[in-house]
Amino acid sequence: MLRFILGRLVKSVFILLAILIFNFLLIHAAPGDPAAVMAGEAGAADEKFLADLRTRFGLDQPLYIQLWTYLKGAVQLDLGFSYRQQMPVAELIATRLPATLLLTGVAFLLSLVLGVIAGVAASARQGSWGDTIISTLALLFYATPLFWVALMASLVFSVWLGWLPGFGYSTIGAGYTGFAHVLDVAKHLVLPATTLGLFFTAIYMRMTRSSMLEVSRLDFVKTARAKGLRRSVIQRRHILRNALLPVITLAGLQAGQIFGGAILTETVFAWPGIGRLMFEAINQRDYAVILGVFYISGAMVLLFNLITDVVYVIVDPRIRLTK
Amino acid sequence: MSLLSIRNLDIALPEGADRPFAAKDINFDLAPGEILCIVGESGSGKSMSANAVMGLLPQGVKATGGTITFDGQEILNLPERQMMTLRGKRFSMIFQEPLSALNPLMRVGAQIAEVFEAHGALGPSQRHARALELLDEVGIPDPEAAIRAYPFQLSGGQRQRVMIAMALALEPDILIADEPTTALDVTTQAQILKLIENLRGSRGMGVIFITHDFGVVADIADRVIVMQKGEIVETGTADAVLLHPEHPYTRALIDAIPRLTRYAHSDDPLGTPIMRVEGLSKTFTTGSGSFFGKQRVVKAVQGVSFDLFSGETIGIVGESGSGKSTVGRCLVRLVEPDKGRVLIDGADIAPMSGTELRETRRKMQMIFQDPFSSLNPRARVSRILTEGLIAYDTPRTQAMDKARKLLDLVGLDASAMERFPHEFSGGQRQRIGIARALALDPSIIIADEAVSALDVSIQAQVLDLLADLKTRLNLSMLFITHDLRVAARICDRIIVMQKGRIVEVGPTAKVLHDPDTAYTQSLLDAIPGQDYERALMQVE
Repeated sequence: MLRFILGRLVKSVFILLAILIFNFLLIHAAPGDPAAVMAGEAGAADEKFLADLRTRFGLDQPLYIQLWTYLKGAVQLDLGFSYRQQMPVAELIATRLPATLLLTGVAFLLSLVLGVIAGVAASARQGSWGDTIISTLALLFYATPLFWVALMASLVFSVWLGWLPGFGYSTIGAGYTGFAHVLDVAKHLVLPATTLGLFFTAIYMRMTRSSMLEVSRLDFVKTARAKGLRRSVIQRRHILRNALLPVITLAGLQAGQIFGGAILTETVFAWPGIGRLMFEAINQRDYAVILGVFYISGAMVLLFNLITDVVYVIVDPRIRLTK
Repeated sequence: MSLLSIRNLDIALPEGADRPFAAKDINFDLAPGEILCIVGESGSGKSMSANAVMGLLPQGVKATGGTITFDGQEILNLPERQMMTLRGKRFSMIFQEPLSALNPLMRVGAQIAEVFEAHGALGPSQRHARALELLDEVGIPDPEAAIRAYPFQLSGGQRQRVMIAMALALEPDILIADEPTTALDVTTQAQILKLIENLRGSRGMGVIFITHDFGVVADIADRVIVMQKGEIVETGTADAVLLHPEHPYTRALIDAIPRLTRYAHSDDPLGTPIMRVEGLSKTFTTGSGSFFGKQRVVKAVQGVSFDLFSGETIGIVGESGSGKSTVGRCLVRLVEPDKGRVLIDGADIAPMSGTELRETRRKMQMIFQDPFSSLNPRARVSRILTEGLIAYDTPRTQAMDKARKLLDLVGLDASAMERFPHEFSGGQRQRIGIARALALDPSIIIADEAVSALDVSIQAQVLDLLADLKTRLNLSMLFITHDLRVAARICDRIIVMQKGRIVEVGPTAKVLHDPDTAYTQSLLDAIPGQDYERALMQVE
């Protein structure tokens, strides 16, 4: 097992390196000159000022030297300096990352738990009213664009009904501490996490439902019935456990998408995470920050995939023991 | 008094099925300690009748009339809650494919203990102890290890023993066995049959044994029911039905059984070798899935050499895992051999590639086991038959003409051209498979378990067709099979393989009746129904 994890880690390092190089080249292929943006904001734009800026930030160096400097730094977790925020990128991301992890983590768990429960419920009564309602809702969640759901949720629950805060991470200036702070953050979390999770709930629900139905037709389920086991025991012990395998695979693959979804959600709800940081950085041509966020989110996705693989190995003895 | 008594049972199929009833007007009794065999071809309704007893009919299939009386109690239409208390306790069931019948994610011990749990029998620690005893009783070597194993870690025979242990856990009055040995090798089959027979003796358990194999019936049955298209056509004691069948269907079935004693005679001297195989080897290494993990190495074929002569049929026989299929696949280069030479008309195909390989390959064509999965379900028969020809630059109209001729050759109507594979029966599909193989005018046919998935009567027809085509088209054939009786019927020579190596080669009569090796002898001894075959000969 340890060897397996180690093997996957080594692989991940190589993938991460490839991501770094690819992103670096991609961003430099895109139009837009950071020096021009900076000069514009400084209010002066003569050639000399631009050249000074370029020299100062190493932008006049050949591309491969810039890449080499970048990679050297990245390995030591030095992701460069954001001229716009006047902060090292690593520090900037470190202050923003916990908020994103909280948001995506809660959204992920919420969607997985809700999705599986809904899927099991729908499959248990295939073709019934309940199944139709759950399946239709799932289709609706699946088909509605995330940003629209976010705007509507904010409008209905925050603006009209006033039940929940519609933006931010905590109430500004309230100065809550301890449990009051936790409660305050939790309240702020409800809308963005639910919004982000809806789409994924729909996916996990559909996957669980179809997988449950498929497994319930397999021979060993008949064996279980021939033993005289109760329906609920067969559902839980025999069908659900086997049906979860593809759901786990899917959940691992979706980890990257949740990060992508976080950019939109954080922007709409003004959630101070790396998603919003990314959004701002793109607007400001803040290369170093963009690359830094790519780097960290790439690493996160790889980590999630690794976790998925490990979970899969734990759940399925056929993979664990044939090694 | 009989233990189980079924009267006028009707089982309806859902609307849209090819017939209204899965089984109609079923009547039979089962006495304690009796083995009742239900025989019939696929679709005869034999499994449905047994499933009705368990109350485990598939969705949409319903018993619409009649009674099932078990131990004096009417159990048809008994509420599910009450059926649950009977299932697994008073009657239990084992299935054809023991791997899929066991939960892949649960340890064997837990799956056995579950039976006690379902019926509230024994305490948790006793359950484990009893499971161990059961595994020992059904003859699993090292029960201590087996109880902690997952199903995939056991062999096919061991898995079926686990299923039997599970079915016997609460000492049921009736065991229903649905084709329990069909997926097993002959030697394993013989052991499982023996086990079931012994348990019946020691426990006085009634057994309903469903099978399509008359050899198995002959070895195990006290009484026999023959079913055809959902109805019982004949019933009686094993001797009466097997040796003096009255219904024409039963007679036709028994006549279709391939026999060891009816082997192909060929006195023709061997001509020139059309294919020469020298030192063929193939080793499979399966990835461990991890970066540094150990790889598994399977030596599937080791140094196999033989000659196939023009106009000859060689049978390659062996148990599963003997490497017989891999040999076939190496020859047509579906699998790349590691070592060895394959000479076709004197040219080595092993190093060939591209055009050269394509040209040589058309001389060799394969027929596969499963006539359904080996035909593209989205392609009409016309496309299936002409695809190869068109790939070799035959004009379309000419290819279509050829396809119609091929259909005629394998005994199908030209109207089949516009239909899809699923519109045909298993036997017809295999005929299409044969026509496809013949499309390119090959000189060598490699048939990999080509009749194993077919019912006996269809099997006989397809074997006759192959033998006939062989003579008419002067084909040479490699016939890969696990069934020695089938090999006897069609092969001139037989190669016996074990663990990737050839252990014996010789003329069919010699290998089947006077083998040189103990392994071949053990394979022969394991074939069910040999006494029956002798008795049948006397009757005839």
